[in-house]
Amino acid sequence: MHPAFSVLIFTVTSGAGYGLLSWLGMGQLLGYTQTSSIDQQIILGVIAMVLVTIGLLSSTMHLASPKNAWRSFSRFRTSWLSREAVFAVLLYPVAALYAAAIFWQWSSINLLAGLSIILALVTLFSTSMIYASLRTIRQWNTPMVPALFMAYALVSGGLLFLAVSGFYGALNPQLLTVIMGLIVITLALKLVYFFWQGKPQGATIQTATGFTQASVRLLDAGHSAPTFLNREFGYQVAADQLLRLRIVMTIVAFIAPLGVVYWFTQGANVGMLSLAWLMMMAGLLIERWLFFAEARHVVRLYQGEQRT
Amino acid sequence: MKLGLVVDLDTCVGCHACATACKQWNTSGTIGPLSDERPHGKDPSGSWLNRIHSYEVDDSPHSKTVNMPMSCMHCETAECVTVCPTGASYKREEDGIVLIDQDKCMGCNLCSWACPYGARELDTDSGTMKKCTLCVDRIYDEQLPEAERQPACVLTCPTSSRVFGDFDDPDSEVSRLTRERAGQQLMPELGYNPVNTYLPPRNPKQQERITVSPMQGVKQLVNRIINR
Repeated sequence: MHPAFSVLIFTVTSGAGYGLLSWLGMGQLLGYTQTSSIDQQIILGVIAMVLVTIGLLSSTMHLASPKNAWRSFSRFRTSWLSREAVFAVLLYPVAALYAAAIFWQWSSINLLAGLSIILALVTLFSTSMIYASLRTIRQWNTPMVPALFMAYALVSGGLLFLAVSGFYGALNPQLLTVIMGLIVITLALKLVYFFWQGKPQGATIQTATGFTQASVRLLDAGHSAPTFLNREFGYQVAADQLLRLRIVMTIVAFIAPLGVVYWFTQGANVGMLSLAWLMMMAGLLIERWLFFAEARHVVRLYQGEQRT
Repeated sequence: MKLGLVVDLDTCVGCHACATACKQWNTSGTIGPLSDERPHGKDPSGSWLNRIHSYEVDDSPHSKTVNMPMSCMHCETAECVTVCPTGASYKREEDGIVLIDQDKCMGCNLCSWACPYGARELDTDSGTMKKCTLCVDRIYDEQLPEAERQPACVLTCPTSSRVFGDFDDPDSEVSRLTRERAGQQLMPELGYNPVNTYLPPRNPKQQERITVSPMQGVKQLVNRIINR
């Protein structure tokens, strides 16, 4: 699949935003933000919503007719993209009320925190299901995809939560341990995904053409220059480059941030947590690029590929 | 009704006439122009609703060239329609034709991702998705003589390897052909239940000839000439 840069930015930044908002809300419910000041909580919420907004604005850039984007709220019953749009927009008033509840210390603050968490996670889940629901792309059509999207969002949002809290001197050591554990779990999940993805499975050129008893080779694709289908689905990257990028991604997104966070626990400057977060975001951009570049749509079988 | 096409892979010669006729009819049809990019340039591109791929099946000396025209299969489980967030894509209740409302499409490409057959192409000029309409603006047009109320690709096919009809009617030609010639769906394991059916190439009757003795062969030849 062709990796559209606007979609990479969208899923990575809005994911971190939803993750951050979830940690803020969970802090309210579980009590680990009780010692934090009001402006720290407001700042965390604002950063979360700014990240979400940057992501959502970026997502509209890959539309060929953005003037019709408002119609995307209309097919809530069947389309995950429509559900994502509805939940993403619903979150704004709820998050604003939550911010007001923090500021004026309303008694309904727990309810609003809970609602914000639910909407943030449901929006994330809807985004991931846009990909996971496609039977045409076996690399995406797996429950591992929503699990991974949730994990990336929670881990990158959690690290940002720690980085900002660190500046306010209100760092919860237990939360630090939890986030470090979550980095390890997310990395493990991603490695499982890589191993699973490498296994040959799914449709072949035989089932695509109906000649299941013989070998089939493409003689002529029927067009002299690349078509929309080639550009969208025929994206091809050399296998050794993919492998290199997988290694770079694993280090930049997970291992290096984990090391930096550990360094921080050994007494390094609190700014190290921000560095760890920035590295993770860069690594997750590579991860998202790989997520698209490694996804092989079944249309490629009609363009001459033997299997997906 | 369940309207669709039967494509005979035995007789298709891969001349691309169906694709050209399709483009000619639909570029001035209900879904607006099918625009081209750099039509006279080095790498011309553009939206087509029908494309022909040619394959070599099996290995030499038993190999055979098979031409496979592909357009929208008007699937019964049309996931291109369910993933559409704007409601631009829809499947008609009355005849099963899958269409795109050009005024509602926001060009997010998701339907093309959901389609396993590459039937949907983004028109970069209009910013909307284009796909086969099964010539919905021909097949119901009562101004046309009844014989011409068929999709443009079917009418133009020089070898009559494209047949249009109602798969819900067991006596229609498409149903009969599918039944008698073991017509099959492409990539059935994905579960989209495509309506369009492809008839596999027939086996040449080589084996019968081998079992016939030379004398019988001469008799058969004479009989055949006399009968003619």
